[in-house]
Amino acid sequence: MTAQAPAKRVRTAVAAPRPVHKARRKVKPARVLLHVFLSVTALVWLIPLLWAVYTSLRPYDETASRGFLTFPKAITGENYSNAWQQAEFPHYFWNSLLITVPAVLLTLFFAAGIAFFVTRFSFRFNLALLMLFTAGNLLPPQALITPLFQLYLKLPLPSWMSDSGLFYNSAWGVIAIHVAFQCGFCTFVLSNYMRTIPHEITEAALVDGAPVWRQFFQIILPLCRPAFAALATLESIWIYNDFFWALVLFQTGSKRPITSAIANLSGEFFTNPNLVAAGALMTAIPTLILYFLLQKQFVAGLTLGSSKG
Amino acid sequence: MSHFQRRSPEPWRVGMLAADRRTVLKGLLGVAGLAAAGPLLAACGDSSTGAAAGPGAISLGSSGSEPTAKAAYQALIDAFGKSGGGTVKPNIVDNNTFQKTINSYLQGTPDDVFTWYAGYRMQAFAKKGLLHPIDSIWPAIEGNFSPATKSLCLGEDGKPYFVPIYNYPTAVFYRKSVFAQHGYQIPATYDDLIALAGRMKNDNLSPFSHGIGSGDGWTLLNTFDYLNLRTNGYQFHIDLMSGKTSWTDPKVKAVLEQWGRVIPFYQQGGAGRKWQDAQQALVDKKTGMAVTGMFVATSFKGADLDDLDFFPFPVVDPAHGLDTVEAPTDGFLLSKSPKNLDGALKLMQFIGTAPAAEAYQSGDKSNLAVVTNSDTTKYNALQTKAAALIASSKNMSQFGDRDSDPGFMSDVVIPALSSFVNDPSQVQPTLQSIESQKSRYFSA
Amino acid sequence: MSSTKTTTSTKKAAGRPVRRRKMRRLTGRDKLVLGLLVGIPLVIHLALVWFPAIASVFLSFTDWDGIGLDTIHGAGLSQYVQAFTNDPSFWPAVTNNVLWLLFLIAIPTPFGIFLAYQLDKKIRFSRFYQTAIFLPMVISLAVVGFIWQIFYQPDYGLLNSLLGTNNPGGTYLDWLGDPSLNLSAVLVAAGWRHTAYIMILYLAGLKSFDPTLREAAAIDGANERQTFFRITFPSLRPVNVIILVVTVLEGLRAFDLVYVMGGNTGSKQGLELLSILITNNIVGESGKVGYGSALAVILLIVSLVVIIPYLVQNFRKEQR
Repeated sequence: MTAQAPAKRVRTAVAAPRPVHKARRKVKPARVLLHVFLSVTALVWLIPLLWAVYTSLRPYDETASRGFLTFPKAITGENYSNAWQQAEFPHYFWNSLLITVPAVLLTLFFAAGIAFFVTRFSFRFNLALLMLFTAGNLLPPQALITPLFQLYLKLPLPSWMSDSGLFYNSAWGVIAIHVAFQCGFCTFVLSNYMRTIPHEITEAALVDGAPVWRQFFQIILPLCRPAFAALATLESIWIYNDFFWALVLFQTGSKRPITSAIANLSGEFFTNPNLVAAGALMTAIPTLILYFLLQKQFVAGLTLGSSKG
Repeated sequence: MSHFQRRSPEPWRVGMLAADRRTVLKGLLGVAGLAAAGPLLAACGDSSTGAAAGPGAISLGSSGSEPTAKAAYQALIDAFGKSGGGTVKPNIVDNNTFQKTINSYLQGTPDDVFTWYAGYRMQAFAKKGLLHPIDSIWPAIEGNFSPATKSLCLGEDGKPYFVPIYNYPTAVFYRKSVFAQHGYQIPATYDDLIALAGRMKNDNLSPFSHGIGSGDGWTLLNTFDYLNLRTNGYQFHIDLMSGKTSWTDPKVKAVLEQWGRVIPFYQQGGAGRKWQDAQQALVDKKTGMAVTGMFVATSFKGADLDDLDFFPFPVVDPAHGLDTVEAPTDGFLLSKSPKNLDGALKLMQFIGTAPAAEAYQSGDKSNLAVVTNSDTTKYNALQTKAAALIASSKNMSQFGDRDSDPGFMSDVVIPALSSFVNDPSQVQPTLQSIESQKSRYFSA
Repeated sequence: MSSTKTTTSTKKAAGRPVRRRKMRRLTGRDKLVLGLLVGIPLVIHLALVWFPAIASVFLSFTDWDGIGLDTIHGAGLSQYVQAFTNDPSFWPAVTNNVLWLLFLIAIPTPFGIFLAYQLDKKIRFSRFYQTAIFLPMVISLAVVGFIWQIFYQPDYGLLNSLLGTNNPGGTYLDWLGDPSLNLSAVLVAAGWRHTAYIMILYLAGLKSFDPTLREAAAIDGANERQTFFRITFPSLRPVNVIILVVTVLEGLRAFDLVYVMGGNTGSKQGLELLSILITNNIVGESGKVGYGSALAVILLIVSLVVIIPYLVQNFRKEQR
């Protein structure tokens, strides 16, 4: 109920800056220049990617004999269908989903918990926690892998969670390390975000005698939705694209995520680069879809800090 | 502090604006919730299909992830099943990952049987207690291998660990049509080879394919190994590789000096070229020769394959002649404590027989069977010639990174040799740098 | 900061610390909920990040090969001595990491900020520009590595084909192989990604910037550049901290681009990086865990020395 009042205010807040748009009536040369500059930059940024797409659409025999910088005789989706089958994409997409989705959700949930605590209850703890998590992010993952691996070999998991009975060779193990590593950044962003939510809202709930868990779940979490959207996008991209943890922490090939699986497209002695291009580009599809879906929220919700003037 | 109030549209309010997005988000969260239950489902599913196979099944860790190797191993597994051996559950991981993570793999929960390489590289694991010996089945199969192959299967403790499935020789590969077109002769000595390279250069042909770009520095070992084998002999080479001989020995210096003579004839731009592209240059007749393994044949298709031929790396010192062939051998090992030891041993025994070799060969034509009594009538011309080369050689070396500590090779020797190829005048500094870093790897 | 708190606390006797008063209102169950909310992630973080980190510091004083816990033997400072005196890749790696960092600070970071500032103006197609420039961050490293390989490939790569510098015997530019060229070539790719990263982070930061401040400056007659440097930039301090941290991290921990462009293995003359050396020693087959850990500790110390003073200073300001 409390959340509805500010919603009304928003509309007025947005109506206010309208007059600024009047300026658009006159096309300034500076604007034209800006558009030219931005278009050129965007194009330069896209060229390498488009080049890869072009390569992936051409058959290997043609590029091998005629080179890559040639007009195509044939444009074909063959590489895509071959890569799809050869790398067993549906299976490995599913594996990636099983790691990414729980990891992102758990990271966001835990980070929100910490952010809730430090912004509502303990500002002094805030500094210590943020330092701890941020410093944790400084560590090169390669440096942690050996002790982590030994630890995972000793940490048991119930057999209904992991067929190995261990954190090792289990999706949960990989999820856990992602959560541990990503919590810092998310806590930082979420605590900045929560600080912009007026204290009156939770204070009122406190006076009403609402328990803490209700404040958290029913008031704070819904208000943080934009920040969640932004972080979910970023974290999904990062976790989905990771290949390092999966490299060492899985023993079974068929449990690995898609980033590892496309390595199956490169042979030991012979590699078809066009096929690899097609496979690699296909792995980018889920993150692209997610980015496009949540794009609007993305920038708005990624509050890295409020300007305090 | 009143400036606190001045903050413009609070992000959380902007968020309320996006109420129309809520549906999208809710949908996403719904999907997410479903998927969160996923690992549980997967864990249940995997226990019936994954590597942790039920009693009876033998788990097999395989690095053959490409279609050819995958099919060949599957043929082997099927043949084993048909012979009444039992079910095998393969666990396939791409080659690069498999090699890189072998240490953690073997310490974790490895499969009963796994693919690996002969040589020091296998013996090191045996020494560290990560392998299970196969003495109980060894007498039944050792007669199927040549003496040189047999010695490859033993650990430093003299116990058998390894059952080979195939090998392939390294040599100097070329296209018959290119040699015929220019009237080139097969060089018998290293001097002849240099002279031939000079002629090719005059004919506007890059004499040697060269590509060490994308982590492919290992391809240099083909040439280094042969020059050392031909100049100093097999035993010196093995001692050097296993860290017993000093790299600053004048005999090694002689090898690099010989090498320096041929480097000017390397294809330009090798430092940035992938080795696959270097091989493609041989296919495209842009280069005249390639010192490489028989797997180069995988780049040749149809009629091109019939045009591919090789000659052994020529003689440097007549005292050693052509007595050694470099023939990397791949095969299988047992992990430390296989869950299904009996089944695993049965599988190992089967692999050491002719039917297994033939089953494997039915899927992969770029290698040679090592079992002496297997049917070789289905070999193509290249395979037949390669088999003869191996049979005629007294010694069989593996490969630089298999006869030595692979980390020493990839982190010390290969970078040093790569910069040597870049600047062949640096003979002594190259060797000193290798020797001084050797202690990190061969301390024991 | 505490304007809201003081209003609520007026009800109670003055002088009481606000925080304690609030905590007292919490029931036992509330405390349990809060404890779990903070405790669980904290335990996970400490166990999976800090415990291995401390173990790595310990391992850097051993010569462990990574196999079997019983084979850990102390080796004193010998791994560090090795790194400083007997590894031809170590000092080039340090130099390259520093160059990498300086380059990121000098070009892609300011350019990313500049782009964000331009895109923050209410212009058409802003979303399209944003997306196009941000794509390098969305796609996976496998794609990125592949893209730059076919871009720089010496024989048929896009760059050499366009420039006509793939002519053996004539001009021949070996972008990724030539030790005097390859770092620059990879830095271009790194800049490509880093610009995208900084652009999106700064754009997010700009959204929380009060536009009236900018308008006020404009009324005062400040030009765009003055407005940016005197008003916008200083007021976005938290974002600037993040960007600095991200840039330093990317510079010092630079790994993935070289790793994928180098075929997931080995270090190459001209492209030595600390994190690559660490990976080769720790993840590779010969398991030089002790030595790799020593390199990691060196990298960690360098990162901390660069970042921590700045972070402390900024968090302190934040708390005030």
